[in-house]
Amino acid sequence: MAKLPIYGLIAEFDSPEALLEAAHRVFAAGFRKIDAYSPFPVDGLAEAIGFHYTRVPLIVLIGGIIGCLGGFYLQYWVAAIDYPINIGGRPFNSWPSFIPVTFELTILIASLFAFFGVLALNRLPMPYHPVFNVERFELASRNRFFLCIEAVDSKFEIERTRRFLDEIGSLGTYEVES
Amino acid sequence: MASKPSDPGGDTLPLLEPGHTFGSITDKISSIVLTGRTPLFWYITFGVGFILVLVLLFCITALVAVGVGLFGVMIPVAWGFAIVNFVWWIGIGHAGTLISAILLLLRQKWRQSINRFAEAMTLFAVACAGIFPLIHLGRPWFFYWLFPYPSTMGIQPQFRSPLVWDVFAVSTYFTVSLLFWFLGLIPDLATLRDRATRRMPRFIYGMLAMGWRGSAIHWHRYEIAYLLLAGLATPLVVSVHTVVSFDFAVALVPGWHSTIFPPYFVAGAIYSGFAMVLTIAIPLRKLYGLEDFITLRHLKNMAIVMLATGMIVAYGYLMETFTAWYSAEIFERYMMMNRMFGPYGWMYWLLILFNILIPQALWIRRLQTQPWVLFLIAIAVNIGMWLERYVIVVVSLHRDYMPSAWGMYSGTVFDYGVFVGTIGLFVALLFLFIRLLPMISIFEMRELVHEEEGRSQ
Repeated sequence: MAKLPIYGLIAEFDSPEALLEAAHRVFAAGFRKIDAYSPFPVDGLAEAIGFHYTRVPLIVLIGGIIGCLGGFYLQYWVAAIDYPINIGGRPFNSWPSFIPVTFELTILIASLFAFFGVLALNRLPMPYHPVFNVERFELASRNRFFLCIEAVDSKFEIERTRRFLDEIGSLGTYEVES
Repeated sequence: MASKPSDPGGDTLPLLEPGHTFGSITDKISSIVLTGRTPLFWYITFGVGFILVLVLLFCITALVAVGVGLFGVMIPVAWGFAIVNFVWWIGIGHAGTLISAILLLLRQKWRQSINRFAEAMTLFAVACAGIFPLIHLGRPWFFYWLFPYPSTMGIQPQFRSPLVWDVFAVSTYFTVSLLFWFLGLIPDLATLRDRATRRMPRFIYGMLAMGWRGSAIHWHRYEIAYLLLAGLATPLVVSVHTVVSFDFAVALVPGWHSTIFPPYFVAGAIYSGFAMVLTIAIPLRKLYGLEDFITLRHLKNMAIVMLATGMIVAYGYLMETFTAWYSAEIFERYMMMNRMFGPYGWMYWLLILFNILIPQALWIRRLQTQPWVLFLIAIAVNIGMWLERYVIVVVSLHRDYMPSAWGMYSGTVFDYGVFVGTIGLFVALLFLFIRLLPMISIFEMRELVHEEEGRSQ
């Protein structure tokens, strides 16, 4: 695919309600390669742009299971296989004593999976992204709300899309250099 | 900004002073970090903290070079200041994660302006706590023997021992608190990156923000991950001090071997943690003019949590005394008599005064919203909780079963030096944090503004 001259068009809004409304209309108009940017999480915004499902909980669950089984096996292996030692006549596999560490390792591995999982799914760290080329975009982390229609969208056509964004209440529509 | 209709106490105090917008909140909180000027009180407090850090470094160097003989520990009291301070600091470290995680799951909105620095406080308190067992090992350079690794000696740690559980509990707690704190910081680091005008801060905050751009899809995953981390951290908080209490409860020493220890330690930890949050929050909101964000409502709520957990602790003391009598066991009964009327009896009564009697003032509604009264009560609780650990650790050990093995204990100058040094380390780290990172979560405050707007309409 030839490199498109621009990344897309980005529209500015001044409230989460306006952004949410615009996102619904853009999605209803058939655009699919879109993203919304806000300074804080807005309820229902991800759903409005067609994003319903995330694998984060599954990743955390897998981490928890690895931590739990791995944690218990580590102790079993240490106490019963590698270094069996008689402590007050207790069995080598004295499993009730192994519960606290199993629990801690479950939490530890699940948390590590949650943290690094969300970063990986979000493709962070990402040193460069075209939206930062828009000067107004630095307000996306302060008090402005943005909606970007990307040029790769099949319905994207620069003039018509710009008019459409202005119609649905954009306070300013900017081209995003790629 | 009306109060919740279901609020029976008639809490009309606002969570956020009216008149704030997304922009004003962002500017106010980020300007504390991004301003070129550092206030004088910052230099003074950090300076004092830094001098104490040097004391800490001196003491640690001496303890490593000469040995733990510099501490006052001796049989029968082999656990002295080091363990008292360890438990005290770990306890303080409990409030941060409690505020962040449990109050998040309970949808308590008042957490939003205090969670960030409470989490930072947790990290620093756990860091201070970690120093003590490490030195107390005697040969701290062999600390890695605590972990299972394929060693050439062919030996492994003993997983039936609570002391090994402790290693895992505390290191997990520190790691998870760090992840939770940093995840919460990412959007705010992006704000600082965008607001910074100078090159260097822009670059550093930019690197730390990792390219966060506030995409709706990112927020969606972020919120779920944040909630899940909160869900994981909640049982973790409870487990950490439970495991710490096992260090005592699993042993057979009178005064330690008790099933009440886990719940009573956890309540004590939350009690001392909230006391420390108040100790820090009250001067800071004044010095940085943050009364709009950390309102009297926050102080009042924290005071109530402190009162409630304090009552659980009081119940713990009562039950300890009752069980000692009811057990009809001579050693338990003697332990209790010795605790109250023995050579360290004055400490016990001081502890009752600081931990139980003084905080009863919080029943008076008017005092719950007097910052300086709360500050003094919080200081009393901090001292009281330290005394509690001293009573548990030292007084139980110094006279156990055999009168021929009784002895006395007192801290040496190195015991005090390390303790005061960790307080300095805590203060120094806290002030560095305040200067370099936003001490209030900016994006959560924007959310709060949005919600409050929705309610007032």
